[in-house]
Amino acid sequence: MKLTVRIWRQSGPQADGRLVSYAVDEVSPDMSFLEMLDVLNQDLIADGEEPVAFDHDCREGICGSCGVVINGQAHGPERTTSCQLHMRSFRDGDTIDVEPWRAKGFPVVKDLVVDRSALDRIVQAGGYITAPTGSAPDAHATPVPKPDADLAFDNATCIGCGACVAACPNGSAMLFTAAKVTHLSVLPQGQPERARRVLDMVETMDDEGFGGCTNTGECVASCPKGIPFASIATLNREFRKAARSR
Amino acid sequence: MSLTSVNRRPSVLDVVIDAAQRRVGRKRRPAARQFWDSTIGKKIVMAVTGAALLGFVFAHMVGNLKTFFGANDLNAYAHWLRTIGEPVLHYEWFLWIMRAGLVVAVVLHITATVQLVRRDHRARPVRYAHRRPVKATFAVHTMRWGGATLAVFIVWHILDLTVGQVNQDFVAGDPYHNLVADFRVWWVNVIYLVALAMLGLHIDHGFASAARTLGITSVTRERALKVVGRATAIVTTAGFAVVPIAVMTGLVR
Ligand code: HEM
Ligand code: SF4
Ligand code: FES
Repeated sequence: MKLTVRIWRQSGPQADGRLVSYAVDEVSPDMSFLEMLDVLNQDLIADGEEPVAFDHDCREGICGSCGVVINGQAHGPERTTSCQLHMRSFRDGDTIDVEPWRAKGFPVVKDLVVDRSALDRIVQAGGYITAPTGSAPDAHATPVPKPDADLAFDNATCIGCGACVAACPNGSAMLFTAAKVTHLSVLPQGQPERARRVLDMVETMDDEGFGGCTNTGECVASCPKGIPFASIATLNREFRKAARSR
Repeated sequence: MSLTSVNRRPSVLDVVIDAAQRRVGRKRRPAARQFWDSTIGKKIVMAVTGAALLGFVFAHMVGNLKTFFGANDLNAYAHWLRTIGEPVLHYEWFLWIMRAGLVVAVVLHITATVQLVRRDHRARPVRYAHRRPVKATFAVHTMRWGGATLAVFIVWHILDLTVGQVNQDFVAGDPYHNLVADFRVWWVNVIYLVALAMLGLHIDHGFASAARTLGITSVTRERALKVVGRATAIVTTAGFAVVPIAVMTGLVR
C-alpha cells in the first residue's frame, strides 16, 4: 500500500505545530498503525530528519499510552487502540490525518505525544481503597455478588488511554472518571471511601480543566474498552448522593 | 524518550499526603458552593430546572387543546387559571407565583448552561484539523443555539399572547380571539412552528440527558428512557402545533 500521512509536528510544548505531509510507500495491510509510523520513522531517520514522536508501550491494547486521533476519530476507524488498529482498515492511496489528543488537560509534549498525567491525578484523588497490609486475604473472605463483580470488572478494564477526552466535543473526562468511580463504588472494599472518593475525584477532574458532560456519547463510541454510557449515570448518582450526605 | 507524564506519576507517598491535605489542610467550601462550582452540580441544576420547565410546557400544551372546544371553553379555562387557589390565594396570585418559579428556573437553567459552555470551549483550546463525530445526534447539535432560540421565542410569545404588544389584534381576556387573529398570519405560524421544532429537539435530547445527569439511567433502563423522552418530545410538539395548523386550515376560526 502507498499512503499519504499528514502528521502533526510540534517540536516542544511551547512551539507552534502544523500538519506535515509524508508519503509512506511500503505499507503492508497486516501492519499495525504504529508499525506504519515505525516505517515512516525509519525513512525519516535515513533521510536525516527528526522522527515523529508518538507514545506507545505494550502494543497489545492494554497500557493505554498509544492514542492518537486518526482521520478525526480517537484511535481511528475501529473500536480498538491505535496499536491494535491494522492498516487493512485503510485503502491504498488514502490520505490519513494524524493528530494528538486535543484537550486543555492533555498538553502536547512533542508531535503526537501528550501529557496525560491529569488522569493520574484524578486517580490519585480517590482511586484507592484502604486495606490492611500483610498477607493477601483469602479470595472468598469478602463475598461479592456476581453482577457486582461483573460491573466492577467491566469498568476496571479502562486503560486510561484518554480517547474519551479526545473524542468529547467538550474535552470532558467524565467517562474515565465514571469508570474509576463505578469500579470501586460497587465493591465492598470500596465502601469506606465511597462518598469522599467521588467528591475528590470530580473536584480534581474539574480542577484539571476538563469540560463538562453533555451526554453526547462520543466518548462511548471511541472507548476501546467499551466502558458503558451508563457508568456516567452511576458517577452522577454517586456524586449527588455524596454531595447531599456531606 | 523521557516523558513528563512518566516522571510526574505520583508515588504512594504523594497519594497519602494528598489525601491528608484534603481532609485537614484545605479549607472546605460550604456544600452548596462546592456543588454549584462542580460541572456535575451545574448539570444537576440544569436537569432539575429543565424538568420543571418541561412540566410547565406539557401542562400548557394540554391546556391549549381547549381551543378545540371553542372560544367559551378556552376563555373559561384561561379565567380559571387566574382563580386557582382561591379563596386562600387572591385573584391571579397562583399565576404570579408560578411565573416567579418559571423565571427562577429559566435563569438557573441558562446561567448553568452559559458557564458550562464557556468551560467546555476552554477545555478544547486547539481544535482538530480533521474531526469526524460518530455518535452525536442532530438534537445534540441544536441544544445550544436551539435553546437560545427558545429563549428569544419565549420573550416574543409573552409579548404576543400574554401582553399583546406584538399581537395582530389583541383583546385582553380573550385568548381565543388573540390566537386566532395571530395564526391567520403566515409568518406568525412560521415563528411558532420553528420554535416548536426546536422545543421538540430540546426535549428529545434533554429528557434522556437529564435522566443520566440525575443518575436515573442504568444499562437496563437506557432504551426505555430514550423512548419515553422521544415520545414526550413528539407529543408535546404535535400537541402545540395542532392549534396553529387548525387555524391555518380553517378548522378553528
Ligand atoms: C402553538 C403553540 C402555543 C400556543 C397557542 C400558546 C398559547 C399561549 C397563550 C394563549 C398564553 C397566554 C395564556 C394566558 O394569558 O392565560 C401563553 C403563555 C405562555 N406560553 Fe405559550 N403557547 C404555545 C407554545 C408555547 C411554548 C412552546 C412555550 C415554551 C417554550 C410556551 C411558553 C409560554 C409561557 C412562558 C407563557 C407565559 C405564561 C404567563 O403568562 O405567565 N408556549 N401561551
Ligand atoms: S474510559 Fe475508555 S476511552 Fe476513556 S480512558 Fe478509559 S479506556 Fe480510554
Ligand atoms: S501501546 Fe499499549 S495500548 Fe497501545
